[in-house]
Amino acid sequence: MTVNNGRITKGILSPHPPHLVYAENPERNEPKSEGGWEVLRWGYDRLRKKLKKDPPDVLLVHSPHWQTVVGHHVLGLPEFHGLSVDPIFPHLFRYKYDLEVDVELSMAIKAEGEKEGLSMKVMQNPDFRIDYGTIISLHMVNPDWDIPVVCVSSNNSPYYFSNEVGQKEMAKLGRATAQAINASGKKAWLLASNSLSHRHFTWEAEIPEDMSKEHIYHHGQYLWDMQVLDLMKKGKCQQLLDILPEFFDMAEAEVKAGALAWMLHAMAVPDYPAEVHSYGSVIGTGNAVVEWDAISRGEDL
Amino acid sequence: MSFEIPAMYLLAGQPHILLTPGDSPAWQKLNEGYARIREEIQQIEPDMILYMSTQWLSVLGWLFQADPEPEWVHVDSNWHDLGTMPYKFKVDEAFAPIHASEVKKTGRHTMLVNYEGFPIDTGTVVAQKLINPENRYAASMLSCNMYAEKQETMAIGASTLRALKAYNKKVVVILVSNLSNRYFTHDIEPSEDYISSKKDNEWNLKILELLGEGRLEDVAQCAREFAREANGDMQFKGIWWLNSIGLESNEFSGQVFEYQPVWGTGAALVGLYPNDALKKRWNQLPSGNLGKGEKSGVIDSQKAALPVGSYPHAREEGDFVFLSGIGPRERGTNNIPGLEMDSEGAVMSYDISAETHGVFRNVKAVLEASGCSLKDVVDIQVFLTDMEADFKIFNEIYSEYFPQDGPTRTTVGIEALPTPIHVEFKVVARKPLKG
Repeated sequence: MTVNNGRITKGILSPHPPHLVYAENPERNEPKSEGGWEVLRWGYDRLRKKLKKDPPDVLLVHSPHWQTVVGHHVLGLPEFHGLSVDPIFPHLFRYKYDLEVDVELSMAIKAEGEKEGLSMKVMQNPDFRIDYGTIISLHMVNPDWDIPVVCVSSNNSPYYFSNEVGQKEMAKLGRATAQAINASGKKAWLLASNSLSHRHFTWEAEIPEDMSKEHIYHHGQYLWDMQVLDLMKKGKCQQLLDILPEFFDMAEAEVKAGALAWMLHAMAVPDYPAEVHSYGSVIGTGNAVVEWDAISRGEDL
Repeated sequence: MSFEIPAMYLLAGQPHILLTPGDSPAWQKLNEGYARIREEIQQIEPDMILYMSTQWLSVLGWLFQADPEPEWVHVDSNWHDLGTMPYKFKVDEAFAPIHASEVKKTGRHTMLVNYEGFPIDTGTVVAQKLINPENRYAASMLSCNMYAEKQETMAIGASTLRALKAYNKKVVVILVSNLSNRYFTHDIEPSEDYISSKKDNEWNLKILELLGEGRLEDVAQCAREFAREANGDMQFKGIWWLNSIGLESNEFSGQVFEYQPVWGTGAALVGLYPNDALKKRWNQLPSGNLGKGEKSGVIDSQKAALPVGSYPHAREEGDFVFLSGIGPRERGTNNIPGLEMDSEGAVMSYDISAETHGVFRNVKAVLEASGCSLKDVVDIQVFLTDMEADFKIFNEIYSEYFPQDGPTRTTVGIEALPTPIHVEFKVVARKPLKG
């Protein structure tokens, strides 16, 4: 392994419901709200404070809404600007973004991924629109957009072949990501842009932020979410990875798209406790903001 | 102008066909097949082209493009290296609200989309640019709900047909969907593209044989098996939408313009042309804005609590009206009468009396929407979550509504209901004789 003092200092499960940005009313987002989903947002507030206190050099995000079928893609141009409109919730999320890419690290991940035998591609089309999952997770962690990012696509192999194929690919991609970060000399946070249970309501309250209408889609999803969070809190990440395929099937978990597995493998499958900052439902889906601190290794929890 | 659907098409929507056809003989043939369809549509001279694309997925019900001139520079999320697809389309803004309104009548959530920069999916962009490159015809676009199963997708198709009848124009209907949808997950030499699995290819050929004979209903019947065996694009659910518009029939002639691989998937271009029998049946349908349930049998009350899933309040079949199971929730608020919950949502107390009255209120509302009343009810199944505690009070209140000679009744104790309610009815009524 090439080591050059770079390291992953935190891994964050950072779900991306557009409702969280909508509820916050940032200037960049056109739709305005009366608030909502505060508990989840308070979790992100704690992370924002931590980021300000000890900022990483780079944020890496793996989003299920940058879907690719041929390999794993990374952004390969230094900056992207544009308007992100959520195709599912366009009435909540129309966000102007300006994003600075750490192209050097992106290219290093591509190279390391190829060494792992993965198909890797660099996205260099300047007209490309960054997916809303990436934008939302990055906004929720760092609304000032003052830290360069690396964006990694979500390969759809779990859908075409099997969960197992997808998980193996994520293990390799995670290792490749860690190798590249180590060699970079940079301090990095990884953002796994995923919800937990993911069955949505197919209807919406008249006022989307009407919290009297918000609850988990069904109790079974809640129980699964709690089981998964319990494993995270106990530092049993290998066990968590082992049950992920069942979680996918039983709770339509969005982590099927690979971000969580990617992050856990990049962090060498943590055996120390994670801190659950918040949990809440968004239009029926289960979401948690969870932090693995690779420096303290959960000793302060 | 008058109502007419001269043709429906099933079209593959991968960007390779538009952006880099010359890289592969297969993609080139698809591009040329599109050109033949473009010429055919020019002969038809439709007033509008209506699209459903399996690449425009919705979660919150059904979305309808309502921007009269959507414009963007589109890049596909995976195939970004093939190039950029700038577009500026002419959308028939008048049809979208009619279409949405018909869907909404079935109780589904709908949304008109008119936002700058709203992403039109790759499939629609590819099809629209290849068959309607100069915006000669106005377009209309409908999303594909990722959760909708056969029943809901068929109901949407019926709504689409009602909307088209009401709109009274000549419309070409297009489903943008692949057949087998198993991509190679590695780079290939485009000129050597092939269907990624022999089994997928066999299934595709079977589907195309049926479509070539105009047997849309038969294809719809085996869509689930096809999707399971050949990884059909989005469960191949779009075919149910087409089939519902086609009145669930095989009354078409069909033409397979092209069938080729695109990166391992089964990409086809198929035309379906209604025969005289179907045209006659379409024309016999009532024109204009149909009343609820007039054709589909679906009944939705504007007063009863909304269903908690993709099902209607009731459905007419022959002389009978079958109500979905319904509890005491209140329309608009979803409040449960008499229920007290703590701050974490746990039930502190409930009132079976208030809930039973609430169920009757909802049942009466649905019956009213069906042209019935409590007098017409012939059978009731009652579900109680605590038979021991609640039966006596429930039974007393029930007798207030049916003091004598009421419907047959079965009362069962069950463990739970989908929301924190404690009583639910399943009702069957017989429609009153007219006159």
